[in-house]
Amino acid sequence: MMPDLGTYAVPVLSSYGVSLILLFAVIAASIWKARRIRARLEQVESRRDRTT
Amino acid sequence: MIGLLKRDLTLAIRAGGGFGLSLAFFLIFTTLVPFGVGPQTAILSDIAPGILWLGALLACLLSLDRIFQLDWEDGTLDLIATSPVPLEGLAAMKALAHWITTGLPLVLVSPVLGLLLNLPGPGYLWLMASLVLGTPALSAIGAFGAALTVGVKRGGLLLSLLVLPLYVPTLIFGALTVARGATGQDALTPLILVGGITLGSLAILPFAAASALRVNLR
Amino acid sequence: MASFWEYANPRKFMATSAFLLPWTAGIAGLCLVTGLVWGFFFTPDDFRQGSTVKIIYVHVPSAIMAVNAWLMMLVASLIWVIRRHHVSALAAKAAAPVGMVFTVIALATGALWGQPMWGTWWEWDPRLTSFLILFLFYLGYMALWEAIDNPDSAADLTAVLCLVGSVFAIISRYALVFWNQGLHQGATLSLDREQNIANVFWYPLVITLAGFGFLFLALVLYRTQTEIRARRLKALIAQERMA
Repeated sequence: MMPDLGTYAVPVLSSYGVSLILLFAVIAASIWKARRIRARLEQVESRRDRTT
Repeated sequence: MIGLLKRDLTLAIRAGGGFGLSLAFFLIFTTLVPFGVGPQTAILSDIAPGILWLGALLACLLSLDRIFQLDWEDGTLDLIATSPVPLEGLAAMKALAHWITTGLPLVLVSPVLGLLLNLPGPGYLWLMASLVLGTPALSAIGAFGAALTVGVKRGGLLLSLLVLPLYVPTLIFGALTVARGATGQDALTPLILVGGITLGSLAILPFAAASALRVNLR
Repeated sequence: MASFWEYANPRKFMATSAFLLPWTAGIAGLCLVTGLVWGFFFTPDDFRQGSTVKIIYVHVPSAIMAVNAWLMMLVASLIWVIRRHHVSALAAKAAAPVGMVFTVIALATGALWGQPMWGTWWEWDPRLTSFLILFLFYLGYMALWEAIDNPDSAADLTAVLCLVGSVFAIISRYALVFWNQGLHQGATLSLDREQNIANVFWYPLVITLAGFGFLFLALVLYRTQTEIRARRLKALIAQERMA
């Protein structure tokens, strides 16, 4: 299944690896930040609803 | 506007430092280079154009954060903003004052430092010409950067991060002029391009700086 | 037909982007998986570059999207400066880190490609160098956003920086060509593509390109939602303090 990359296996594999890692990193960072902000917003909004 | 320029210049002279510090920095920078790369005169004369331009650029950068900072802190900037002088004029005058206190002295001492770095003979004229034409662009870009970061506490590092990428074209053409001039190639084309960048910066950046100042004064 | 400017209303934007987000993310995932698998497993080796030609499927799309991300930020900044729509400014803010990651991918894969092809990791070639400078511009832009507390001032100042930066980025690009004629190959994707690239390499490349484009779109929508929520959070907290 694995294609024969010949002498250039290391650069090809590592460039795919680096790209995928970076893409997943930015996606994960976005999701993490979104979750955090959303949780805090809900917390503040529920606090507001209780007081009013 | 002339009054503003005079005020800035007087302040710079009375406070000292303005002229002296960036010159001293330029001198120290060029002195340190041979310690880093070794005393071989052949190498030094090869890299002299780039080092001299880099030194001038960094020396300019050092005094940038003071362009608007002091006036911002003591409220002078608010006063000037309410006066009939347009902020665009103020930004242009501030850039000019910065150029007279740092750019011009750098141009004047650059041949001496060229001597230290063993710059080849024909290079001196091109060095001074490119610095005369190029340093106003450095001051104008710097004034814009200073206007952006005037509201930031301890914005010096941020200012360098913003301004240095904007300095790239000026540095490239300036250093290229000297390098080509020193080796007897055609140096006029990059020199004209340096002049073009300077004129363009002077035309656009006071407006950008003024709009940034307006935002910061809100 | 609703006007485009209706999406300047955060509520409307939230609703529409919530609808669009799964679709764009889905298309992005589908295109990326198809394109990358096709590119990695089912393309022949180039007779000259060997298997390194497979790097093209991450290098070229990320490089194109790195520049397009900056263009999108430029347009968003212009809309903010002219029409004062907050969503636009927040979209520019949301796009910057994504664009920066694309720039890093383009640089890293370029270095990995250059090592066997040109015999060096890094070459002061105009294209590589201009990407490095683009990276610095992204850094400065993001640092300015972080440094200023007042969100409106931050949006204004970063918009001005983005406009001025774009002008200087273009000048730098041509200055670098003048400075050093590089060894980078010319554009791979041009209209006369038959001369440059064979169909076997072309189809998966187009698919990955679409994948990167949709990924950018999905991330920007998602991150803009987050920024809108963060803005609302900040406003609510400020209100509580006042009360």
